[in-house]
Amino acid sequence: MPQELPLREAYGQTLVDLGRENPDIVVLDADLSSSTMTHFFAKEFPNRFFDCGVAEQNMVSIAAGLAASGKIPFASTFAVFAPGRCFDQIRMSIAQPGLNVKLVATHGGISVGEDGISHQSIEDLSLICSLPGFTVIVPADAIETAQAVRAAAASFGPFYIRLCRPKVPLVYGDDYRFNLGKAVTMRQGGDVTIIAIGILVAAALEAADDLKREGIDCRVVNMPTLKPIDEEAIIKAAADTGAIVTVEEHLEHGGLGSTVARVVARHRPVPMEFVAIKDTYATSGKADELLQRYGLTAKDIGQAVRGVLKRSG
Amino acid sequence: MSEISVEKYQALARQTRVRVLRMIHRAQSSHVGTSLSAADLLTVLYNRVLRLDPARPDWPDRDRFILSKGHGCAVVYAVLAEKGFFPRDWLETFYLDGSHLPGHITRSVPGVEASTGSLGHGLSIGCGMALVGKREEQPYRVFVLLSDGECDEGSTWEAALFAPHHHLDNIIAIVDYNKIQSFGTVKEVLDLEPLASKWQAFGWATREIDGHDFEQIEKALLSVPFEPGRPSCIIAHTVKGKGVSFMEGQLAWHYKPPNDEQLAQALAELGVFG
Repeated sequence: MPQELPLREAYGQTLVDLGRENPDIVVLDADLSSSTMTHFFAKEFPNRFFDCGVAEQNMVSIAAGLAASGKIPFASTFAVFAPGRCFDQIRMSIAQPGLNVKLVATHGGISVGEDGISHQSIEDLSLICSLPGFTVIVPADAIETAQAVRAAAASFGPFYIRLCRPKVPLVYGDDYRFNLGKAVTMRQGGDVTIIAIGILVAAALEAADDLKREGIDCRVVNMPTLKPIDEEAIIKAAADTGAIVTVEEHLEHGGLGSTVARVVARHRPVPMEFVAIKDTYATSGKADELLQRYGLTAKDIGQAVRGVLKRSG
Repeated sequence: MSEISVEKYQALARQTRVRVLRMIHRAQSSHVGTSLSAADLLTVLYNRVLRLDPARPDWPDRDRFILSKGHGCAVVYAVLAEKGFFPRDWLETFYLDGSHLPGHITRSVPGVEASTGSLGHGLSIGCGMALVGKREEQPYRVFVLLSDGECDEGSTWEAALFAPHHHLDNIIAIVDYNKIQSFGTVKEVLDLEPLASKWQAFGWATREIDGHDFEQIEKALLSVPFEPGRPSCIIAHTVKGKGVSFMEGQLAWHYKPPNDEQLAQALAELGVFG
């Protein structure tokens, strides 16, 4: 089994490194710093850390004010609260003026688990991808998280990085290099392409292993930058393999699947299947129980692949 | 900045009101009442209080002014044009297709610090700017003009909690308390009273003034911070539509452009004929 690491910790530690390198990095939180793991930064740079209290709307607009004053603010809370709670502030204070604010939301998706639907963010990617000018990243493991956070700090403009709560198996080695806006082919294959993001990239790789035994040769693509999406990689996958399955821990509406489908429909129509949460809210339960109940496991990906292959002839 | 007589203030404010009325008449859109209620406050701010350099709108030491009630953009655009932040003929394109001056105040306009229009954002943005100023011991101050209606917004009070907690005595909230919001009086829609006590209780050193009395406006704005270590709040009692008799205190003029005849009458009241 590969090593499992929490993405949040990779985020928190990378912030500290960035803080040492660049005095303009500042961090905001909304009374959740031990959960978002911005507390590492708070401890080392108390003067550049602002706990805004349970006031996410204020936090987001303060971040805009800091960015307008030349700082590089990272603002963190749970994904249900940003973008969920303060979409209007993100839209007006950050997206419209195109300010250099980095929102890093933790506890995305249903893998939040037992805390239930109030804390399971399954709409955030749809919301944030709707905002012109935002770059949206969903890292697959701790190694990619650290590099994505660095990339966000180094690029001007609004960013949203979505992290999950549980520990996630490493899918990359130390030699991995994250390229902003570029898909990563994790495995070559010619029969079908599985495009996955976040925590489910590991499940996609597992599914590809299982399908291999059935003689199905899957290409597996990780799409860490959801927006702007790597259209070239999608068009190539459609052309090379003739069928695509998307995999995400998010509602089917407005996330990875819809974005890929738009590219496919415009440039290279091929059959697609969507592994995602259907139009429903989840219940409480352990993360793996919920992923199973709502059809987000390697087994479900396998089924979707078999289904799409039937349609692609 | 040098002293200015009340007569001079009156003349400047009259000129601003004339510009605002012409802009809104030409556009046949926008919020006239709120622009007129804030005209005197802005006249003092931009001619006597704010340290600015129109040739360098991004001068790091400049005072920041944020119009949090973004629907009152006409009066700020008029004042910025008068101060030379951009050519005056831009005002003729206000609200029109392809204009440099879009509806609701927008940060792309030289001299504008923040885009607003959804209410309850400006004070938070100002807190972010004031925080940097304070931590880095920069000389600038942050003035935020709010409407009374936006004191309904919870986020306004989130910011109101934040500023005193961080001892931001470099931020000044000014409430343009004209007592009329979109579709009713403040008292009818959601009563704010006792408003000054609320700001005071949140930790702001608070003063109430007549927002059309130039001596009172100037005195208050030149005395900030009212107390070291605390943010300042000025509750400016104003009249919506101030300066045009048939608009004053009238709900209908929250969002309504004057027609040709009404413009002529309004301009005549302000001493402009023909």
